[in-house]
Amino acid sequence: MSEYKAGSNLEKVLKAGHFAFTGECGPPQGANIELLKEKAGHLKGCVDAVNVTDNQTAVVRMSSWAASLVLLQEGLEPNFQMVCRDRNRLAIQSDILGVYTHGIRNMLCLSGDHQKFGDHPESKNVFDIDSMQLINTVKTMRDDGKFLNGKDIDVPPRLFIGAASNPFAEPFDFRVYRLAKKIEAGADFVQTQCIYNMDRFREFMKRAVDMGLHEKCYLLAGVTPMKSVGMARYMAKQVPGMEVPESLIKRLKGAGKGKVAEEGIKFAIEQIHEFEEMEGVAGVHLMAIEWEHRVPEIAERAGVLPRPQV
Amino acid sequence: MITAEQKPIDEIRNMIAPYKRILALGCGSCVAECAAGGEKETAMLASALRMAAKINGEEVIIEEKTIDRQCVNEFVIPLDDIMEKYDAVLSLGCGAGVQAVADMFPEVPVIPALNTEFMGETKDQGYWVESCIGCGDCMLYYFGGVCPLTRCAKHLLNGPCGGSMDGRCEVDPDVPCAWQLIIDRLSRFGALDRLEKIYPPKDWSKKEGCGPRKIVREDQQK
Repeated sequence: MSEYKAGSNLEKVLKAGHFAFTGECGPPQGANIELLKEKAGHLKGCVDAVNVTDNQTAVVRMSSWAASLVLLQEGLEPNFQMVCRDRNRLAIQSDILGVYTHGIRNMLCLSGDHQKFGDHPESKNVFDIDSMQLINTVKTMRDDGKFLNGKDIDVPPRLFIGAASNPFAEPFDFRVYRLAKKIEAGADFVQTQCIYNMDRFREFMKRAVDMGLHEKCYLLAGVTPMKSVGMARYMAKQVPGMEVPESLIKRLKGAGKGKVAEEGIKFAIEQIHEFEEMEGVAGVHLMAIEWEHRVPEIAERAGVLPRPQV
Repeated sequence: MITAEQKPIDEIRNMIAPYKRILALGCGSCVAECAAGGEKETAMLASALRMAAKINGEEVIIEEKTIDRQCVNEFVIPLDDIMEKYDAVLSLGCGAGVQAVADMFPEVPVIPALNTEFMGETKDQGYWVESCIGCGDCMLYYFGGVCPLTRCAKHLLNGPCGGSMDGRCEVDPDVPCAWQLIIDRLSRFGALDRLEKIYPPKDWSKKEGCGPRKIVREDQQK
C-alpha cells in the first residue's frame, strides 16, 4: 500500500509540507480544444494542479472530465470538479470510476450553482445527493472499496478528495462547523471561496485552527485578482456569498485609469504572502477567471516559482 | 392542501371547442381553499365561458356544479344521474380530481381547467407556499420543523450552501433560506447538535421507487 491516498502531485506537494499553489481552467463553451490547450498552457509549470470546472454557474461547457483528460494529455495535473446538480448517484459513481481509470487523481466535490443562474434555467436539477454526501461517497469508494449501496467495487478508484468552503456565507458562525463536517465526511483538502475580506478570513481561520481542522485537512485559501472596479462591484453586489469590502473597491478606484488591474494583482500578491504566514493555511488556490495568461506573472511575482518536484 | 391555479381562458376555450354540452365541475376541498376551483370560481369560469361563446356566436350549453371532493369516488358516483346530459366535463379539480372523474366516466372526455401546483399552506389571503414534497419518510424532526427537501432549492440535507443573503434564498429573494430557518429554530430549542450528523443520501424509493404510489390498509377495508 502506498503512503499516499491517491498519489496525485497535489497530494505529494502538500504532504511534503510545501505551500501548494493551484490554478483553475474553465472548459470552452464548445468543442474548441485549441482554446482549452492554450488556456491550460499558460498554467503549465506555474501550479501544482488545475481545477477543471463542471458547467460552472450552470452554463453548458465541455464536460469537466473530458477537459480534465485533455489537460492530462498536455502534461498538467487536473483537479476534476464534479457538481451534484446534473447527475444522480449512479452517474456520479460511474463517472468517478471513469475518471480514475483515465488517470485523474484529484476530485473536487461541489453541490453546484442553481440552474436558475445559468443558461438553461428551464432545466430540471438533480441534487439526488449533496456535496457532503458526494465527499463521503468518494471516500467510501476509495477507502472501503464499496459503492453507496454497500456492494464491493472491483478495483476501487483512489482519488485525493477536495471540498469547497465559503467562509463568508451566512450564517457566519455555522461556516466553520460545516467545514468540519466536510472534513469528517472525507475531504483531504479544501479550497475556499475567493477571499477579499481579510479580517473575516483571519477570524474564520482562527476558529478552524482552534478546532484543529488544519491538522486533519489541507486548507487552501482562494484568491481571485480583481481585473476592474466593475468586476469588484459585480462581485460585491451580484455574487451571493461573496464579500468585497468597500475599502478594496476604494483602493482599486484610487489606482487610476489603466492601473486598476495592476492594483488588483498587487492586492492578490499581498494576500498570497499573508497566507504563506497564516497558521493553518496550506496553500493558495488562484482562480484567475478568464485571465489564465496572467498566471505566470502572478506566480513569478508572488515568489511561488519554481513549483516543487516531489 | 393541494394548490392550483386556473389555466388561461384561451387555453380552456381551445380544449372545449369541439363540445356543445359541457359540465363545469368544481371541487369543494383544496382547490376551493386556494380559490382556484371551488363553487365561486366554477360559477365565474362558467359565466366567462358562456359570455365568450355568446360574443363569438357559438351555440354551446355550459352548466356548473360543485361536488365536495372529486378525488373521492363516493362523491363522484352521484354525478351518474346527470352525466348523460353532457358531452364533456370541464373539471376544476386538481390533477387527482380530473383523473378520478375520468376513471368513473370512461365514455366522457374530462378536461382540466386548472394547473395543479403543490402541497402547501395558506400563509395569508391570496398567498400560498409549498411546504411538503411527500417524500414518504418525514425528516422534519431533525430539521426543527423546516423541510429542506422542499424548501431548499438544492434539497440539501447537509446545508446551508454559500448563497443565502440576509436570510433569503439566492434563487428567490422572496423566499427565506430554509437552512437559516433550520439553524435558527434548532438553536432556539438548544438542538443544534442534530446538525452534527452527516445525513446520508435520501432513500427516494419511498417517493418514486415504484412508479405511482399507493397505500393499502386492510384495517380500513370492508
